[in-house]
Amino acid sequence: MAIHLSDIAASRVQHFLENRGKGIGLRLGVKTTGCSGLAYVIEFVDELQEDDEVFETKGVKVVVDKKSLVFLDGTEVDFAKVGLNEGFQFKNPNAKDACGCGESFTV
Amino acid sequence: MALLQISEPGESSAPHQRRLAVGIDLGTTNSLVASVRSGEAICLPDERGRSLLPSVVHYDGNQVLVGYEARALQAVDPLNTIASVKRLMGRGQEDVTRLANVVPHEFVAAEASTVPRIRTAGGDFSAVEISGEILKCLAQRAEQSLGGGPEGVVITVPAYFDDAQRQATRDAARFAGLNLFRLLNEPTAAAVAYGLDQDADGLIAVYDLGGGTFDISILRLNKGVFEVLATGGDSSLGGDDMDHALGEWIVEQAGFSDIDAVLARKILIAARSAKEQLSHGDSATISIDHAQPWQAEIERAQFSDLIEPLVRKTLSACRRALRDAGIDKQEIAEVVMVGGSTRVPLVQTMVGDFFGRKPMCELDPDQVVALGASIQADILAGNKPDSDMLLLDVLPLSLGIETMGGLCEKIIERNTAIPVARAQEFTTFKDGQTAMSIHVVQGERELVSDCRSLARFELRGFPPMVAGAARIRVTYQVDADGLMSVTAEETTSGVAADIVVKPSYGLTDQEIETMLRASMDHAREDIEARMLREQQVEARRVIEAIDAALVQDGEALLSESELSAIRLKRNELEERLESAGSDELKQLIKAVEQVSETYVARRMNASVRQALAGKQIDEVDV
Repeated sequence: MAIHLSDIAASRVQHFLENRGKGIGLRLGVKTTGCSGLAYVIEFVDELQEDDEVFETKGVKVVVDKKSLVFLDGTEVDFAKVGLNEGFQFKNPNAKDACGCGESFTV
Repeated sequence: MALLQISEPGESSAPHQRRLAVGIDLGTTNSLVASVRSGEAICLPDERGRSLLPSVVHYDGNQVLVGYEARALQAVDPLNTIASVKRLMGRGQEDVTRLANVVPHEFVAAEASTVPRIRTAGGDFSAVEISGEILKCLAQRAEQSLGGGPEGVVITVPAYFDDAQRQATRDAARFAGLNLFRLLNEPTAAAVAYGLDQDADGLIAVYDLGGGTFDISILRLNKGVFEVLATGGDSSLGGDDMDHALGEWIVEQAGFSDIDAVLARKILIAARSAKEQLSHGDSATISIDHAQPWQAEIERAQFSDLIEPLVRKTLSACRRALRDAGIDKQEIAEVVMVGGSTRVPLVQTMVGDFFGRKPMCELDPDQVVALGASIQADILAGNKPDSDMLLLDVLPLSLGIETMGGLCEKIIERNTAIPVARAQEFTTFKDGQTAMSIHVVQGERELVSDCRSLARFELRGFPPMVAGAARIRVTYQVDADGLMSVTAEETTSGVAADIVVKPSYGLTDQEIETMLRASMDHAREDIEARMLREQQVEARRVIEAIDAALVQDGEALLSESELSAIRLKRNELEERLESAGSDELKQLIKAVEQVSETYVARRMNASVRQALAGKQIDEVDV
């Protein structure tokens, strides 16, 4: 079971954590909302929960709860620029179908 | 594929419901838009990586251009290109006419509307619409950068902006189709950008030296709440003056004579470029490509000598603001630098020496206000958990009401933190009075004629009562954006009237300063004038009361000689009403009261007798 960050995603996460001045890592997860069933969660982590799994990748602690991990295993998180916009993207091998916007998906 | 941002723990929102929010610094020369992304406030750049948007709008009949493109057309098409529109915000026809000599634009003579409009090839536009175009352009940039339109915006305004100027800014946001969370004072935004709201309580000075304006604000942070204690500055002092000072030096050194517009422009451009080089290096090369080419080196120390008087001027404004806030400069905990001209090393050193501490200049001084606004917008959009940051602003000038004799009674004192509501009770002056005119004024002086009129309305239709019996409660309310509503209610009958103040014209910071200074310079004569007016009002009341009584029972209760004695004193008072000083009037009023003493006593007895006539003693309620 693993989650990967691209080089640029890892360096952006480190930058944002440093800028925020607190937090132990990056939480990735899914929740059951959205137009296609599941939606991604990407948050700062201040404290670990009981059922959290922690991966260390490229100097960043990635925190995923066990339930989400089922849907996220093998995901690579990238950071991309499209036009003036920029942000994190999930490349998730578990996702069968995503809504047009890519903010939610089904497995 | 969606581009996601990192949220605060537990604050992830459902897809398509991300609470996007931006902060906008709507500046005189340049404007910026910023947003908090993955916890970091950043200014959003355009396609070419520029975060500044020149606050210039060009209308040519087919399209509206905003920013660099519009600015490029300023020289070729000045009449259809509008710059520095912020100076016209909230201004009425009168103010604009005064500016007509300064700006090239043709103003449409307004009859029906009091809002002045600028005539261009594309039509006639008000300052609100022109500012709205700048906001639209920034909102569009935000939409492209954030992947969706912002749910709400925070727009910054100078701390000295009055109600009219704030309202105009609000209207511009509405014109641009933006949901305005709130207006935020520029110095407060700068302090927020530095995270000073998270710091210990204390006093903060915000030193804002832009291209053409200088503002100093003294803020107090108290339990996470900012209050503006005082503002000051100079609306015509800035980096441009440094360019001019250096320009004069160039002219002197190069021995240029016959300076035409082209050469003058070249000199100023060279001066500005040298100034910018000297912010980083110890010396700069100035070269002027002209019929008589010229080149020279300038040391930073030489440049510092040239601009020292300008910086000194800003420091005396700082001193005044400190005095106005009633604090000592040693009490200032932090000094925040805002505006491009604070990059000049001499400015940083002199400001640092003045306040005795190193000023904060780590953030880009051009961006710091927009960054702070975006942090506030992010909180207002609900992207931060348990955030209790509430930003407070203060009123720049007192709000008062006109009372009898043209006196100004202050209802909310200046520097009161807003939002605020204050009420005061007034009563009628004449018997049978059924209406009252409410005149809302702004200013520090004692006489209404020396203050600024904001609004006038009437409370009508309350039942007639004897003078002094009606209870009219006047409530002044100022919301978080500094906009004001006034309610008047006669409480015994419940008759009420209200008004929302959208004053038709504004004041410049200089005028506010002038008004403040005038209130201090004229303090003594104002108090004297007030006392005189009060005595005059009292004298008129006494004369009216005497006249009314004499008509009723003067002849019945008074002998011929008593009557003429009272009349004599009454007439003396009336004669001297307009010309006497307050002490003399007081004496004359006293004289009338003394001579009428027995008359008043007899009237009292007569009315008691009348009330008791034909009644047994046990029938009388005591």
